[in-house]
Amino acid sequence: MSNIMTIQLTLNGRKQSVTVDVKTKLIDILRQLGCYSVKMGCSEGACGSCAVNLNGRVVNSCLTYAVQADGGIVDTVESVGSLDNPHPIQAALVEEGAVQCGYCMPGMIMAAKALFDINPTPTDEEMAIHLDGQLCRCTGYEKIQTALRKVAAAGKGGVA
Amino acid sequence: MKKNFTVVNKSVKKIDSLSLATGKPMFVADFKPADALIVKMLWSPHAHARITSIDTSEADKMPGVHIILHHGNVPRIAHTTAGQGFPEPSPYDTFMFDNKVRHVGDRVAAVAAETAEQAIEALKKIKVTYEVLPAVLSIEEALKPGAPVIHDEPEAHIPIPVPYEPARNLAARVAMDVGDLEAGLREADVAMDHEYYTDYAQHCPIEPHVSMAHLAADGRVIITTSTQVPFHVRRIVAQTLDIPVRKIRVIKPRIGGGFGVKQEVLLEDVVALMAMRTGRPVFWKYTREEEFVSSRTRHPEKMRVRTGVKKDGTITAVGLDCITNTGAYGSHALTVVCNSGSKILPLYRTPNIHFVGESCYTNLPVGGAYRGYGATQSSFAIDCQMDEMAEAIGMDSLEFRRKNAIRTGETSPVFRALGEGKAGVEQSIGSCELDKCIKLGAKEIGWKKRGRWQDKKGRFRRGIGMAALMQGSSIPEIDMGAASLKINDDGSFNLLMGATDLGTGSDTVLAQIAAETLGCDMDKIIVYSSDTDMTPFDVGAYASSTTYLSGMAVKNVAEKVARQMIEVASAMMECPGKEIKLADNKAVSADGRSVTFSEIALRALYGTDQFQIGAVSSRISHKSPPPFSAHFTEVEVDTLTGRVRVLRYVAAVDCGTAINPKLAEGQTEGGVLNGISYALTEKYLFSPKGKMLNAGFQHYKIYSMRDKPVIKTILVPSYEKTGPYGAKSVSEICINGPLPAIANAIYNAVGVRLRTSPFTAENVLKAMQAN
Repeated sequence: MSNIMTIQLTLNGRKQSVTVDVKTKLIDILRQLGCYSVKMGCSEGACGSCAVNLNGRVVNSCLTYAVQADGGIVDTVESVGSLDNPHPIQAALVEEGAVQCGYCMPGMIMAAKALFDINPTPTDEEMAIHLDGQLCRCTGYEKIQTALRKVAAAGKGGVA
Repeated sequence: MKKNFTVVNKSVKKIDSLSLATGKPMFVADFKPADALIVKMLWSPHAHARITSIDTSEADKMPGVHIILHHGNVPRIAHTTAGQGFPEPSPYDTFMFDNKVRHVGDRVAAVAAETAEQAIEALKKIKVTYEVLPAVLSIEEALKPGAPVIHDEPEAHIPIPVPYEPARNLAARVAMDVGDLEAGLREADVAMDHEYYTDYAQHCPIEPHVSMAHLAADGRVIITTSTQVPFHVRRIVAQTLDIPVRKIRVIKPRIGGGFGVKQEVLLEDVVALMAMRTGRPVFWKYTREEEFVSSRTRHPEKMRVRTGVKKDGTITAVGLDCITNTGAYGSHALTVVCNSGSKILPLYRTPNIHFVGESCYTNLPVGGAYRGYGATQSSFAIDCQMDEMAEAIGMDSLEFRRKNAIRTGETSPVFRALGEGKAGVEQSIGSCELDKCIKLGAKEIGWKKRGRWQDKKGRFRRGIGMAALMQGSSIPEIDMGAASLKINDDGSFNLLMGATDLGTGSDTVLAQIAAETLGCDMDKIIVYSSDTDMTPFDVGAYASSTTYLSGMAVKNVAEKVARQMIEVASAMMECPGKEIKLADNKAVSADGRSVTFSEIALRALYGTDQFQIGAVSSRISHKSPPPFSAHFTEVEVDTLTGRVRVLRYVAAVDCGTAINPKLAEGQTEGGVLNGISYALTEKYLFSPKGKMLNAGFQHYKIYSMRDKPVIKTILVPSYEKTGPYGAKSVSEICINGPLPAIANAIYNAVGVRLRTSPFTAENVLKAMQAN
């Protein structure tokens, strides 16, 4: 029996067809397709730096098999805003000095965006619970929290 | 000293932050060529063993395999992996591969194959036979007479004249005495003698170590690597592979956190040699488990503190005897333990000071540079004992610290006595707002309402504790930073620096210093840092040196360039140079006429007497001005389970002028939370045979947003005249506070002195039951 399979997915709004070994993790396919924002930090779903949005839910792409994305919609931070037109979450993080090394940022932003998409005005506690899986070793989360509070206060988190 | 700044002391946006937040490819792995070979390492399963044979014949034939390296086919050159200045104050006790393994997770053989899976399959086919040797798994065992000798190879030596006795597992020793400790203790009304212990911890940068190498068209090897020390990488790889420095170029792209662990040459030699031998690009990234086991750690440290105090609060003597466990190799062994003395003993005034620092080899993971660098450990021991002495004489421990802490204009004999591998440099304190830090922090936390533990009741008890701290800013008369600067047609500038931004924001801070000096906007400064072919030298990002030392190099080079611009403007406006000021991207004459920087550049590049406006400048320091800080915390102890929660944390910091206040706060908050996590949960668990049992984030807990308390940073400005625009360092000092402040707060809550970290529920409960 072949272990090779061709999957279709909509990645950042573009339909893609990829042939994968069934054991391949989603992160490897995403990076192969040029989504370098998806970072490998632990390979065991414990740091969140590989977090992406799969069918509207945040997943750790290091634990997700590529075949699980077959027929699905995958969004990475590459689709979330640009240098000229950053998403309010990105703009707030930059404004508050919340981006230090930045390695955790794409995952942090995808997880935060998933929260704001369903709840544009989360409380501190809701944010902390939702972002519990996103580790950052540089900032102590203080500035990240301040930035996200501002987004929540403006109620614009869900607006791209 | 109050200064009116234009760009400095402003929270300008970190220049790379939006690119990072939009996920642009900026890290080493993002540049991996599609045809790169992937490296996997066979690690030692034994804590201590001799490799009696190694057979790769089957592995060589495995699909996709291009090269296998082991001790039989690489140069055998003793070196240190510590990325320090030359000659390094760390022993040359490491070989690229050796016929002996010295800890579980030591290198045995490396495979490069077309895919990671192929490399892993090939590793399984390498046949190694070991003669297992008795292992040394603690400081106590290491120093016993007749203990197994970990470095019995004849090549092991240290390249500077300091004590080094590998035959008795002693990797480093340093000692100093001022006055007479025993006499000081006799003179005291209260004398104390306690032992403290801090355990292993890891830096946990979210990006693990990663390096790659490829050959340029001319055959030179280009190493792209996640490092804090690109110039030391170049030199140490050249030494290890026995090739000239000129054959190597090292490029540092963005770094996903370092905290000291990337001040080490751990992967670069392997990818470079493999690229040279195969002609293929070669890529190696550590897994998280490898990051814990086979990179570097914070040295565990055992400290004996002897102190004496008079009833009026005068400290009569401080004695500190430290022994660190450097693990299998002596990377940073001497200098970390030196800093345990030099970065804390000057803080409290006393005539009688005794210090001995030793470091011993064990068959456990290797110590290295970690933010705080020895001061983290000794701040715990010294500051907890200060708290206890104050209590013993019935003095408020805050007032006790205020009375005894060093002040502006004072000096300490420790500065001259203790350097890094040689004598230190005498200095008097040019700027110190510690007293103000203590007052502001105390007010913020509500110090006066802390109460006595004896009066606290109920299952959950709250306590407030504090700690006073100092660090340094660069290593005086050792560290050097350099920068070059040139103007472009449009009045922008290329700022090229050896200084290494590892996520701290130093590219931004240094650009602010350049913009302030030149009188231009931030967006006119194009920063390029850390490429050994392109940028001037810098020792790298360590020892709290970048803002202070590289900052002065940048200020110097900008002043040189400004003088050249003024000369050109003087010719253009036909007025004396001394009447011209640079501001707002223009040169303005006394009578109000002006030429823009772009016009100056165009004249210099294309007009008359053309030349490149540009300069290079470097800087050393004759001082290491300490930043100072007072930390306060409120904790809640669950007396039923021993669990400690940090409720609030206040860090008041004197880092001189904060070049970028938000980034300085960010350094403080990040260091504080790392310190809290280190104080409460981070712990290496070992099997009886020395294997780490919890090498992953599932079982080695670092704090998340949900775990964090409210952290309040108070920047307390001072003006350090020797620093750029009054700046001192800020990066390291903040990690030293949580251990002592939390320990002191736990005491204030439940009356138990904790002398061993981390303060897990289990440890706290045991201590309460023993009380």
